[in-house]
Amino acid sequence: MALLEVTGITKKFGETEVLKGINFELDKGEVLTIIGSSGSGKTTLLRCLNYLETADTGKVVLDGEIIFDGNEKGKIKAEEIRRKRLNLGLVFQSFNLFPHYNVLKNVTVAPTMHAKEKLKEQKKSISRLKGEQKKKAKEELKKRKEEILSGIEKEAKEVLVRVGLGDKLLSYPCELSGGQQQRVAIARALILKPKILCFDEPTSALDPELTGEVLRVIRELKNDGRTMIIVTHEMGFAKSVSDKVIFMSEGVVAEEGTPRKIFDNPENPVTKAFLASAKDSDF
Amino acid sequence: MDFLQVTLYLLDGFKLTCLLFALTLIISLPLGLLISFCTMSKIKPVSYVARVIVWIVRGVPLMLQIFIIYYVPGFFDFNIFAKVDNFFFLNTGMKDMGRFIAVLIAFSVNYACYFSEIFRGGIQSIPVGQYEACAVLGMKRRQTFIHIILPQVIKRIVPPTSNEVITLVKDTALSRVILVSELIMQAEKLMASALIWPLFYSGVFYLVFVGILTLLFNYIEKKLSYYKV
Repeated sequence: MALLEVTGITKKFGETEVLKGINFELDKGEVLTIIGSSGSGKTTLLRCLNYLETADTGKVVLDGEIIFDGNEKGKIKAEEIRRKRLNLGLVFQSFNLFPHYNVLKNVTVAPTMHAKEKLKEQKKSISRLKGEQKKKAKEELKKRKEEILSGIEKEAKEVLVRVGLGDKLLSYPCELSGGQQQRVAIARALILKPKILCFDEPTSALDPELTGEVLRVIRELKNDGRTMIIVTHEMGFAKSVSDKVIFMSEGVVAEEGTPRKIFDNPENPVTKAFLASAKDSDF
Repeated sequence: MDFLQVTLYLLDGFKLTCLLFALTLIISLPLGLLISFCTMSKIKPVSYVARVIVWIVRGVPLMLQIFIIYYVPGFFDFNIFAKVDNFFFLNTGMKDMGRFIAVLIAFSVNYACYFSEIFRGGIQSIPVGQYEACAVLGMKRRQTFIHIILPQVIKRIVPPTSNEVITLVKDTALSRVILVSELIMQAEKLMASALIWPLFYSGVFYLVFVGILTLLFNYIEKKLSYYKV
């Protein structure tokens, strides 16, 4: 069974049909890139997977768990969405780092919140205890909290070293280049250990000389066997990094297959035309 | 009366000015945040009512609002502020507490409405990407607001807020219209003994107060300048 199964996703904005029934599958460890001209629905598809938009119909199953079901969408609670969406990570085109936190805090803030929530629940169960027992349990919890928090910090540092920012821990986003900011954003998504990491045009907001460092990090992630979905305009990169390519046009999957098939032997004339127009840019 | 005596006499009024200033801020800042949430509410009637209230409060002179708050209960034979006056006078010997409370209510509501618009502007100026980043990181709405949005909002609203706060210092003088003995009214009382200069002298108190506030806000702005948006 595939890790991710997406069936029949549709999405309308007002009268405009942006997605007209998207189906695809993705296996564990695979990298899927989604290409297509602007307005073809690539980004909307990614946002639907991450619950930033709610699709109108369709179904998303991840690792056997139903992530989205068009028939149940009114019934699902915010709390459940919050839990389900953590199965996927998302790196934005415009980074969206938290400007008031330094690099390290940008990475640790979310896992710290999650850990504190769990500890709070445990604290509640302790409050039922009495006397000596309670005191002991409290001390233990305090110790565990310190361990967990320092564990998160250690992990964050490791992740930041992996994306090449080990020397920028205490910098603020405004002091970093776009490429560095995007790598912080990748680290921030990675630390939550999503089953699938999604990238929404991760290099589109970058100066050309800075795209390389970001693409290199993504390539390293692929080598680590990470499952990823990448929406990109970097055709050369898409060709070399993907296991699978989807070409989207006007809200449908116009063509899908291996990068070799899509880039070297496209069948659909629309794909051919798109690739021809993208050709002069970078491959 | 010599200079020292006048100073002490004016200080008496200045104490009340400061108290009114401080209490107004303590009440109107959180109240303003609440009103800004209401004006931004997705529930249409809530947002509509809040906007109308803000329009009225910002559209009517504060002096008139003080009169309204203080005198209107009397029309319904329920002179609550006179009762409060009496209650405090009998129990603690403090005078004019009812008047003071009436003024405090008027000021708090008035300033809350102005602050609410500053907050609304600040909150709406935060890019939607910040909310989306929080969402995909699995943060709750509360966590998102308190840890991510609010700190950025505060940085953005310091300059307009400092403006309002400085205006408030001087607006406190309006409370003399229902005979609350703040600084200027104290100075005016001295005119009865043919002393005019204390009235001008009272300006020095405001100047010093605003000077200190200006330094304070400069300090806050500097403190928050460790990052750029």
